Amino acid sequence: MESTIVKAVNYNSYFGANHVVKDVNIEIPKNAAIAVMGPSGCGKTTFLRGINRMHELIPGATAKGQILLNGTDVMEMHPIFVRLKIGMVFQRPNPFPNLSIYDNVIAGYKLNGISLPKSERDRIVEHSLSRVALWGEVKDSLTKKGTFLSGGQQQRLCIARAVAMEPEVLLFDEPTSALDPISTSKVEELFHELKKNYTLIIVTHNMQQAARVSDKTAFFYMGELVEFDDTKNMFTNPKDTRTQNYITGRFS
Amino acid sequence: MILNEEALTQRVVSNDIGISVKKEGRNRRSVRHIRAEGVFKKLIFFVAFGMVVMILGILVTLVVQSSLSIKSTGLSFLWGKVWDPVRDIFGVYPFLVGTILTSFLALVISIPFSFAVALFLGEYYPKGWVPTLLKDTVELIAAVPSVIYGFWGLAVMVPIVRKFEAAIGVQTTGVGIFASSLILAIMIIPYSASLGRSMVQMVPGNLKEAAYSLGATRWEVIKSVVLPYTKSGLFAGVMLSLGRALGETMAVTMVIGNTAKLPESIFAPGNTMASVIANEFTEADHPVYLSALIELGLVLFLVTVVINMIGKRLVKGFSK
Amino acid sequence: MSVQVKYRIGKSIAFQGLTILLSVLCVVPLIFILVYIIKAGVTKINWNFLTNLPKPVGETGGGIKNALLGSVEVIALSTIIAVPVGILCGIYLSEYKQSKLAYWTRLSVDILQGVPSIVIGIIAYFWIVKPMGHFSAISGSIALAIMMLPIVVRSTEETLLLLPDSLREAGYALGMPFHRVVLKVIIPCGFSGILSGVMLSVARITGETAPLLFTAFGNPYLSFDIGQPMQTLPLIIFNYATSPYNDWHDLAWGASCILLLWVLLLNILTKVISAKWKVQL
Repeated sequence: MESTIVKAVNYNSYFGANHVVKDVNIEIPKNAAIAVMGPSGCGKTTFLRGINRMHELIPGATAKGQILLNGTDVMEMHPIFVRLKIGMVFQRPNPFPNLSIYDNVIAGYKLNGISLPKSERDRIVEHSLSRVALWGEVKDSLTKKGTFLSGGQQQRLCIARAVAMEPEVLLFDEPTSALDPISTSKVEELFHELKKNYTLIIVTHNMQQAARVSDKTAFFYMGELVEFDDTKNMFTNPKDTRTQNYITGRFS
Repeated sequence: MILNEEALTQRVVSNDIGISVKKEGRNRRSVRHIRAEGVFKKLIFFVAFGMVVMILGILVTLVVQSSLSIKSTGLSFLWGKVWDPVRDIFGVYPFLVGTILTSFLALVISIPFSFAVALFLGEYYPKGWVPTLLKDTVELIAAVPSVIYGFWGLAVMVPIVRKFEAAIGVQTTGVGIFASSLILAIMIIPYSASLGRSMVQMVPGNLKEAAYSLGATRWEVIKSVVLPYTKSGLFAGVMLSLGRALGETMAVTMVIGNTAKLPESIFAPGNTMASVIANEFTEADHPVYLSALIELGLVLFLVTVVINMIGKRLVKGFSK
Repeated sequence: MSVQVKYRIGKSIAFQGLTILLSVLCVVPLIFILVYIIKAGVTKINWNFLTNLPKPVGETGGGIKNALLGSVEVIALSTIIAVPVGILCGIYLSEYKQSKLAYWTRLSVDILQGVPSIVIGIIAYFWIVKPMGHFSAISGSIALAIMMLPIVVRSTEETLLLLPDSLREAGYALGMPFHRVVLKVIIPCGFSGILSGVMLSVARITGETAPLLFTAFGNPYLSFDIGQPMQTLPLIIFNYATSPYNDWHDLAWGASCILLLWVLLLNILTKVISAKWKVQL
């Protein structure tokens, strides 16, 4: 069995007095694709945003407990370090509208003021775009603005942007919910490639997607982590009745 | 988006386990970033805080500098009808009357025009090049410097006003309350017109359609739906125009005639608070005189602040 | 149709006609003023007018070189002072929009926007002129900078609030610190809005006279020293326009024409630039 990379210990998060994530304990193995599913409002996105400390950016949001990255509590680290090591892709593609496709890919370097030699930049851009299977489509229009691309291409550009930073973990917050079916399947294919090098944590409200792309699945319900198991087991032999109900579509 | 308190006070512990050489450079930069982040946050905090301090500073400066006059003249400052710096008698009643007369007269003259523009752009013709041209032109009225209005008023308008006064048989000074009001009326049109336009545009379409479906004519829809709905917004526009008119200095100074006497009619010369300050500030040769002028500034400050706040509150209430 | 319905329709049309008439009449004085000033001023403008200093009454050929250069210097100084402060304050208001300080700051900016310009002049007099002991260009610049602030702050705040949170999140998720997210992502995306606010504020103070009366004060000679009194266009217009001499009136018309064209040009430029540099979200 692979080693654990992200571990949550008694993790709770709140929006003001609203208790959104309740006592979550989970160990996420390295180089795997983990799906986090559950009905809307179950706290899955909030949990995900807690991992790279994006949660606290919302006014009034607080958290208790620990999230360990390679054994270190992320709350003990400065958020900048956390986010350099844990990349994130959002629900809606959000390329920087003022930057070209090329600059969007190296945005993490460029906007952080890290100067790289041109050859290194070119290498990172080509490498990252190839990783997300976008190189062939955009290699002739790298100077165009990122917002010229289609929604699915924009989302892959955002993945490339995260990948370019060489993080250890990649978080996906319902990455395909704003995309059409063809773009969705393209992004899903990427997951199989990406998990060779990174740990992927993918929040999705789409059960089929969880079944298709993940090795392990976590099921959240009402802020609690109900069950965490190999995806196969989860979908064939759920242990908790709530999981069972969810999988069989008895509540939505 | 803000980082909460916890993040601000966070102890920085970098965990470099398993990080390649290349990434270590990145981390050193990140440490620098963290310091710069703290500096930047403090900087914008102090700038924002400075804004509050500045307003308080303005108030305190005005109060302190006018304390001499407040002590020596007391309440008679506001009701005294005689302004005679030579004898150290400071009564600003004539200027209060002058200010209120010019401002209200200007409002009365400008309201039909600014409301017409608001309805024209907001209701009748919201799209097209003619309305765009009208909108841009009305905005340009606000862009013309007031000293130019004053100069034009003095050279072109005052002679016309004088002829008009002769024709209707009143005193023919030309310069005076009436001329100032005319100039002010032109200058304040854009303020209530542009606010009024956006308010009129915010009237929900379904409300108007309901009235149309009952067979109302356009005028009836305006009278019974648009005007009642936008009432507070239009009033706010009038308040902002009034605030502007009360504080306007240069154009008024140039055409009001500058006399400390209480105006006998709207055609008589007079003076406003702002123009007295402008005219006499650099001539004030003894402390009480200067202090009295600053007290006048304090009164002007308080009045315009209150009027503007009422206007702004109404606008905010309306947008919600 | 019944007579009553006809009457109602007639009334409606009459009101519409009245609205159109009054709206058109609004524009008349402006056009009148523009045409008059340009007509009266353009003939006075020539090379000597722009490059000579004012001459005493009776001598012909005086110019407004000192006022022109003085205006440029005073306005440039106020812009340098007000723009960074205003933008930083706008950033605070948009990034910490719910904080207590933001409430008070917003209130202060609202108040400041309504303060009559003559009062700003008094304040600058006591804050700068009196401690320095004499009138100076810098005190005028500071007075004008105070007047610019509300416009710059408000336009920055409003522009930044329109940007979606997803942009900020994209920046944070890449490990960018707060100041870099603001300076490298937020500000560039809102650049056209901020720039047009800055230009509008410059246009507004260009013609301001009242705050300069007892700060920059005016100066018949050419001076570039920010610690000394300085002539500006609005001041020279005011002084010459209220003088009894026709020669000086002519100079004032020329100066008015230049000031007017300058302000109008700034307003038009603002429109063009804000449309052209807008970042497509």
